[in-house]
Amino acid sequence: MSSILPPLLVAIPLGAAFLIPILARRLGRLADALGNLATFALLVIAVLVFPARGVYQIGGWNPPIGISWVLDGLSNLMLVVVNLVSCAATLFSIPYMEQYTSKHKYYSLFLLMVAGMNGVALTGDLFNLFVFLEIASIASYALVAFGGRHEELEASFKYLVLGSIGSSLVLFGIAFAYAATGYLNMAAISTAITGRQSSPVLILAAVFFLVGFGIKAAVVPFHPWLPDAHPSAPAPISAMLSGVLIKALGVYALSRVLFNVIGVTPIIGAVLIAVGVLSMVVGVFLAVGQWDFKRLLAYHSISQMGYVVLGIGLGGYILARGGARSAAALAMLGGVFHLANHSVFKSLLFLCSGSIEFATGTRQLKEMGGLRERMPLTRTTCTIASLSIAGVPPFNGFWSKLIIIIAAIQAGFAWLAAITILVSLVTLISFLKVLRYAFLGPLPEALKEVREAPALMSISMVMLAVLCAVMGLLLVPAVRELVLDPAVAALSQGMEYARGALAGF
Amino acid sequence: MVYTLCFALFLVGLYCVLTKKNTVKIVVGLGIMEYATNLFLVLLGYRKNGVAPILDKTTNPLEFLARAVDPIPQALVLTAIVIGLGVTSMAIALCIRLYEKYGTFDVSEIRRLKE
Repeated sequence: MSSILPPLLVAIPLGAAFLIPILARRLGRLADALGNLATFALLVIAVLVFPARGVYQIGGWNPPIGISWVLDGLSNLMLVVVNLVSCAATLFSIPYMEQYTSKHKYYSLFLLMVAGMNGVALTGDLFNLFVFLEIASIASYALVAFGGRHEELEASFKYLVLGSIGSSLVLFGIAFAYAATGYLNMAAISTAITGRQSSPVLILAAVFFLVGFGIKAAVVPFHPWLPDAHPSAPAPISAMLSGVLIKALGVYALSRVLFNVIGVTPIIGAVLIAVGVLSMVVGVFLAVGQWDFKRLLAYHSISQMGYVVLGIGLGGYILARGGARSAAALAMLGGVFHLANHSVFKSLLFLCSGSIEFATGTRQLKEMGGLRERMPLTRTTCTIASLSIAGVPPFNGFWSKLIIIIAAIQAGFAWLAAITILVSLVTLISFLKVLRYAFLGPLPEALKEVREAPALMSISMVMLAVLCAVMGLLLVPAVRELVLDPAVAALSQGMEYARGALAGF
Repeated sequence: MVYTLCFALFLVGLYCVLTKKNTVKIVVGLGIMEYATNLFLVLLGYRKNGVAPILDKTTNPLEFLARAVDPIPQALVLTAIVIGLGVTSMAIALCIRLYEKYGTFDVSEIRRLKE
């Protein structure tokens, strides 16, 4: 494929990240304009690229020598999700980041992070994946500490230590894969190891990848950094971190490597299921007791990531055991769909929390109350997002959870379905608590003068809320074949990926 | 055997990160982990009595193939070192800011966040 569009997905944010601090050091408005222009252009390109399938060879060098970027159903879906959320987050940042100084540095780091995530989604080369992973991670360490207060620095340090351990493990895994095959290109590795997945070196590589990407994805038991790091960042960054970063760097990279490069075995599938269930349950029970709005949301991120890992892992398990392809595809569909849904409603929830914090100056639920009259728009969007995450029809979260439950029952894991429903109920309880304390009840004396969020913040929240309401339509068969099925096919074809990626589709 | 030692070095780094209380020591531990990984990578390309992988007109290609070391891990390690430098400088910058705010390098005293 010779189109110019895929490299632009990395070139635009990288270029803008370096240009903004040079051009817009004195002018905050110019930084706003350039940052938003860049993310909007990226969203347009991601949508344009969406139907494309193919391989882009960097510098025209063919694999296995050159680095290739692969566009398939899953990576294209990931690109749209990443750039959609980043577009909403930058729009929200224009008024919100007025509280902080040096906006140009903020946009610069933000765009570096986006460049890293787009690169992770695009790349078809293991070492290239590591480089982009580190670009995104380092930018996010800095963004978590952006406010420079006590808690933010502490959270950032914790995040940095765990994140670097994760990166080192991933690099070790890559070294094992290279030792076993002599290739770095994902497709070439996968061709070279067909038939000898059970060799000790590859099992070791799989374990290193699992733990390394597991830390990045913040699944239980690798989660302790997330509830500190995500709430400490400025609200649009929390939305990016919880909405897309843990997915692009964690779950997407993990499933790409395990499904398409190393190949799922029943053991890997079972481990993914176990990790998913554990994250779901532990995350949600830790969340219920929280009184800090953003911290509560962060714990829910862990729990919701559990759903995604469970869906994808269940699909892999069924496939590896030689079960029905349709059941496996259904489970993966649930996982992938929930991934997309979660990025929309969780980033919306974080933006709502940012809007409340912007207006009232607090994140403690106990200090809020009665905001329903003062902030009607935030109340509406927050209610929609809460109902989505709790899985209430007709919002998007309901549909993806329903698919995961049906798939679990079809596969004969009725207890998994029962746990999923239970976790959903606890999620609902915890969000009813949020809505009750933030928006109902008497208005505290201190909040009498509170006003609705500025227009640009509202626009980005409304945009995401509308998506929450209509994303269920992605399941209409004609749309599903266009959007979700290619992503599922990319996962379930497993090792067949290699043939496509080497042949350039 | 050498690979096992690399892994042992990696575990030394991990132990340091997990048990030390001083933030700077934790950063040193991260550095040890990084360098264990880099060492492992570069050893993968090692060859006894190998020559530098530069092909010029006077060398016989077959002899070159038989003796040259694998250049890819070296390229990878260079990249990984640069990335490691970025992470380390970021970590040290955070340590300095933490010291300014809390007046200590002891992680057990740096805990404003809830458990």
